Amino acid sequence: MKRVNAVVVGAGAAGGIVAKELSVAGLSVILLERGKWYTAYDCRKDDLRNQRTTVLGNAFGPEDKGNPRVWVDAQGGLHTVLPSEGPYQNDAACVGGGTFSYGAQAWRYMPQDFKMRSTYGAPEGSSLEDWPISYDDLEPFYDKAEYEIGISGDYSGTPFKGPRKRPLPMPPLPAGKEFGILEPAARRLGLHPFHIPMARNSVPYNGRGPCMRCRWCCGFACEVDAKNGSQNTVIPIALNTGNCELRTECMVKEILTDDRGRAKGVSYFDERGHLQEQLADIVIVSGCATESARLLLNSKSKLFPNGLGNRYDQVGRNLQGHQYTGALGFFDFDTYDDVGPGADIAICDYNHGTPGLRGGGMLANEFIRLPIMSIDHLPSGTPTWGLGHKKAMRDWHRRTIVIIGPTQQIPSAEARVTLDPLVKDKWGLPVVRIQGNCHPHTYEIGDIQAERAQKWLLEAGAIDTRLLSQAQNAEKVSHGADANKGLPHKSHSELIPASQHQAGTCRMGNDPQGSVVNKFCQVHDVDNVFVIDSSVHVTNGGFNPALTIMAVAFYASNALVHNWKGTGFRS
Amino acid sequence: MKPEKRKGALTRRQFVAAGAAGSVAAIIGCKAAGNGNGEFLSAGQARTLGAICDQIVPADDFPSATQAGVLTYIDRQLVRPYRRFQNTYRDGLEMADANARKRFGGALADLTPPQQLQAVTELSQQAPEFFELVRSHTFQGYYGSPRHGGNRDAQSWRMLGLPEPPPLGRAQYDLGKGPQS
Repeated sequence: MKRVNAVVVGAGAAGGIVAKELSVAGLSVILLERGKWYTAYDCRKDDLRNQRTTVLGNAFGPEDKGNPRVWVDAQGGLHTVLPSEGPYQNDAACVGGGTFSYGAQAWRYMPQDFKMRSTYGAPEGSSLEDWPISYDDLEPFYDKAEYEIGISGDYSGTPFKGPRKRPLPMPPLPAGKEFGILEPAARRLGLHPFHIPMARNSVPYNGRGPCMRCRWCCGFACEVDAKNGSQNTVIPIALNTGNCELRTECMVKEILTDDRGRAKGVSYFDERGHLQEQLADIVIVSGCATESARLLLNSKSKLFPNGLGNRYDQVGRNLQGHQYTGALGFFDFDTYDDVGPGADIAICDYNHGTPGLRGGGMLANEFIRLPIMSIDHLPSGTPTWGLGHKKAMRDWHRRTIVIIGPTQQIPSAEARVTLDPLVKDKWGLPVVRIQGNCHPHTYEIGDIQAERAQKWLLEAGAIDTRLLSQAQNAEKVSHGADANKGLPHKSHSELIPASQHQAGTCRMGNDPQGSVVNKFCQVHDVDNVFVIDSSVHVTNGGFNPALTIMAVAFYASNALVHNWKGTGFRS
Repeated sequence: MKPEKRKGALTRRQFVAAGAAGSVAAIIGCKAAGNGNGEFLSAGQARTLGAICDQIVPADDFPSATQAGVLTYIDRQLVRPYRRFQNTYRDGLEMADANARKRFGGALADLTPPQQLQAVTELSQQAPEFFELVRSHTFQGYYGSPRHGGNRDAQSWRMLGLPEPPPLGRAQYDLGKGPQS
């Protein structure tokens, strides 16, 4: 196969952007994706099989057959888990990755989110660190992401944000009913509510129409293609340059290295299962935190016996994501308006600055909910089955507001991805093993966030509330998804909450002994291998990470293109 | 334009209803009691499971679990993604009937409604994992998408006051009078 300048592994949020930036700059690029290329036509509006409620499987991959992982519970027990089960910590496997079916909240992290250690100090037992780059370094690339991907929203209502040069390219969608209920309540509490930034067209943008506000949103493909991911923005541009070729259903086996310890390409299984080699000057790994770490660990050779970039046992450590905590509020009037995306109001008052807490998180109302999501979201004391449950569904499905948010995780080096020595996937490659949990302080922050959400709901007129927090998780709050797992987890705290927001396994840093890549996402040991995706996040903010993944991808691609001189890098 | 849409939607609804009714007929002979033509469940198993499901979602002004096609849903999934639960179901249903015989002297489905409620309550305590499985699958079949054989004619969605078929988003969001189709 023809040698190319760059091979990019994974066509998700980051991989799509890297492919576009490199191919526009004139480099020849092969973009490899293990999943398929779905389109808006694949929306299907299936309440039981999408990327959020996965009881009948993942709609956009990976499929349950042949893609196991191993989860280690708190007692050290090993469980082989399916991609549609919670402990798998899945992110979608398709062109666009998670951005094809995400809820599309597109947040900038705050300046403090890049300086967690110097702001708060690292608690005992944590691996809390500062990023080697700052908000100011990323600002131009946040801006680029907002305009090239297409973000709607309005930050003007919040003073809690980093400096920005211009407003978002699109106005927010018209406010829904929940916004009208929650906004005045937040103001009465002295908070600063505003419109959530979303990678969703509110007006025609980038040649596609606006959101039609249906009920099937977060976790689904957008039926009218108004949700902006890499699959309908940057990847088509990359392909249009003529410099980029996308190969789908191609699973990369390993990164190949030469005798001098430089990468010479990758080997992969094509869509028919045949092993192929693609030689390239540069290899960019963009497979999301769990799979990127797995690929590096699977790339063993004489010079790299423990995996590429893993000389100091750093690959796979500091796995993070987000714990979601908040509260349910029950009202004596209809709060449901059947208008998607549902989530439209947020506050950033609690992200930083609470004495005694190392960070916090954004709080927002939840996406529009389908009936199946309400079955365990009823007032405390409701019977879990029988006539009482059926009546409660009628009473409360249209009268519930959920306020919830991602809590800033305090990372731990013991939360990690390794290779399982026994279990293999359908290609015969060792699979991901997930073990450990984030630092317990994370859960203390989460519990306080839940109380804050509850207070907001009560101010808005809720007649009853229920906390969705660590303590309450013990009594099992699920989206109807966890019940059939047959797994012995009594409390969610046993599970590291990573999933779609997974991050941190190939930490960015200046010290080669404490990180995997340098501040340009270049692997310390091997100068022509890059990891560009959420794996490099040192900490993961109190926000949905998609826009930051995109901004880091634009930033790292920019550095890569500028330092590339045809056959090697400028020193 | 609007009436035309409604007409199209009705056709789809009728189609879904017909599909659900057809497969229900194939599986359980148009009744809540099974005749063994299901994809996985035998007639006896379907009867026992139906009795449990109808305690989880009983009939009131709105249909019960089996009336809404939950048995079709579970039976269909047991030879698809839920193949891994086949043994759990086989053993669990056997135990449910054995307990009912021991306690009340008859198969679960043959007991009186108060006895069934009592028997299912006891089952939920004796075999919490199996019961939890049936509970979640029943709710999936009752409140989930009709495309999988349950929630016949989207009756549970209508019960919750959700318009079905949903008003197309375009009706709520004026696209600036684009092409009329």
